[in-house]
Amino acid sequence: MILLATFAVHDFFFMLFALVACAFALGVLFSSNIVRMAFYLVISLGATAGLFFLAGAEFVGAMQLMIYVGGTLVLLIFGVMLTAQERFISLKPYGRDWVLSLIVGSSLLLLLLNAAFSVPGWTEQRSAEELAVDDSKTATPLGLALAGVRADKLETQRGDKVEDQRLKRGMSGYLLPFVIVSIHLLVVLIGAAYMARTKRVVPQATPNSGDNPD
Amino acid sequence: MAETINNFLGLSASSWCGSIVTSLIHCALLLHVIAVGALVFIWLERKIAGRIQDRLGPTRVGGRFGWLQTLADGLKLITKEDLIPAEADRMLFKLAPYVAFMASFCAYLALPFADGWVGQHVNTAVFFVLAVLGLEVFGVILAGYASGSKWSLFGAIREAAQVVSYEVPLGLCVVVPVFICGTMNLVTIANKQAGLFTNWMVFHDPFTFCIFWVYFTCATASVNRAPFDLAEAESELVAGFHTEYSGLRWSFFFMAEYGSMFLVSGLATILFFGGWHGPIPLFGPEVLGWSYESLSSDWRLTGYLANLAGCANFILKASLGVIVMIWVRWTFPRLRIDQVITTCLKYCVPIAAVCFLGALVWEAIDLPSPNDWGLMSKPKSTVRENWVLPAKQVPVNEETTQRDSAAKPIATLHDGHPRRPTRRTPLSASYLPQQPGGDQ
Repeated sequence: MILLATFAVHDFFFMLFALVACAFALGVLFSSNIVRMAFYLVISLGATAGLFFLAGAEFVGAMQLMIYVGGTLVLLIFGVMLTAQERFISLKPYGRDWVLSLIVGSSLLLLLLNAAFSVPGWTEQRSAEELAVDDSKTATPLGLALAGVRADKLETQRGDKVEDQRLKRGMSGYLLPFVIVSIHLLVVLIGAAYMARTKRVVPQATPNSGDNPD
Repeated sequence: MAETINNFLGLSASSWCGSIVTSLIHCALLLHVIAVGALVFIWLERKIAGRIQDRLGPTRVGGRFGWLQTLADGLKLITKEDLIPAEADRMLFKLAPYVAFMASFCAYLALPFADGWVGQHVNTAVFFVLAVLGLEVFGVILAGYASGSKWSLFGAIREAAQVVSYEVPLGLCVVVPVFICGTMNLVTIANKQAGLFTNWMVFHDPFTFCIFWVYFTCATASVNRAPFDLAEAESELVAGFHTEYSGLRWSFFFMAEYGSMFLVSGLATILFFGGWHGPIPLFGPEVLGWSYESLSSDWRLTGYLANLAGCANFILKASLGVIVMIWVRWTFPRLRIDQVITTCLKYCVPIAAVCFLGALVWEAIDLPSPNDWGLMSKPKSTVRENWVLPAKQVPVNEETTQRDSAAKPIATLHDGHPRRPTRRTPLSASYLPQQPGGDQ
């Protein structure tokens, strides 16, 4: 079913999700109980996922739920519970923390705003026909881009009249960076597991000849 | 459906009223699935538990079989006092049951009950269901923390450890049917298993058969059922995360639990047991020919009946899954937490990984599977999966170029042509625009 919502409904839900996301983001900022912060963060991130679903980007929305809302926050709460000594831990930031975080946060905000307004397609009004692309397979172009076929760059390739169908430089997909990052993560995971393992007490009675058996 | 309602109300076809009414109907129906499902399954659980323990179970309320027992329990729960401990974090304590219930409920939005009968068509439905279902643990953790009781906190910490561990093999198991079918759309996955029961994914090859059992184990663990119910472990932790809850809030946890049991069973039905396609395709094009053609939007009585029978078929299969979970609960003793983690990391993950690789190799070197014989099913050439593109954009694969090359404002394309040829086409060749004379 193509979501044939009129733009009033669309705008209403956009505003709703955006307001929820912003309000609970502020809640994270001004709360001092760390578990409540995590709860507000879940609602804020969930509302962001709602924005993705509203835009028809189901895969990204589900990814947001899976990675940020699900995984990170379960881990966060897990960590909070293990590290909390008193029952209601509260975080009271100092004045210099406020200054530092304001500088970092506002510079990041400026960077993102600058980037967002520099995308040409996002500033001009688009026709309604283009906006009707709603139930599209958002996962397919993403997967193809990973494999090296950039669905968003097809026109440029056609316009340049490339003789062969092979890919140009810069269109070679995200597979290699993705694999590099994932292997890096795997190394970190193995390292963490190695560091956190139970230390075995090596019996001192029979020292080996230098070589350390695993 | 929104247009139909708008026509009925005499509004313009694109009015927002239709959309709102449609969503309300969908939500109400899904709420009933969970609520009535919980009503039935709790009764069933007590009956089955009674029989397994050589008792009768409930016999008095509602006639001979006591089938109104759950309703009586529900009334009792409503009249109970809503206690909040003095130590509790009041806001989180009050909200936690709703968080758990909402997670379970939202996952139903993408679960199809028959061909096209789904709350919201999501192209990546498998992923969506898994992602949302993973949020249920959040309600449990909040409840455990906010209760201000050490039993609850123990339960919540166990739950966190368990769920974080079991998400890994669960994801590995779900990926196998997804890559065999080549889509994450649950409707498409089920429709690819139409025909005789040999077409079901569980009989596709030995590895999928193995991985179904891993999936079922992990699903049982992820919905927090015995023998993995460490979060409530009533012999050690009083009642675990819901120790301090009473009345209606407590019952919300139970609705969430039974809701997600049915959900993971339904997911197993669609991924491995053909969804609404029965063991014998009675309504398929081979026997009666009642079922809708794919992508047809017209309404007819026989098609509706076929869908209704498919829905009943689906609910029956998913309920069988729930019954197996109940059977397991009353048969096996509860595992210890280290045994739970051992089961996950030393058994489920390696078996799932080996089966994943095996199924991948099976597909890659093109070994035979019953699905290829296509017993009693001509492979459905088209399935309900829309691909809406503006006309400017490039046509997407060669079949499209042949068929839909005329410039339509919005081209609705089909997916799911016969399986093998699609997969054998190189990705780039099928996706890139066909340029006449462009080949070297």
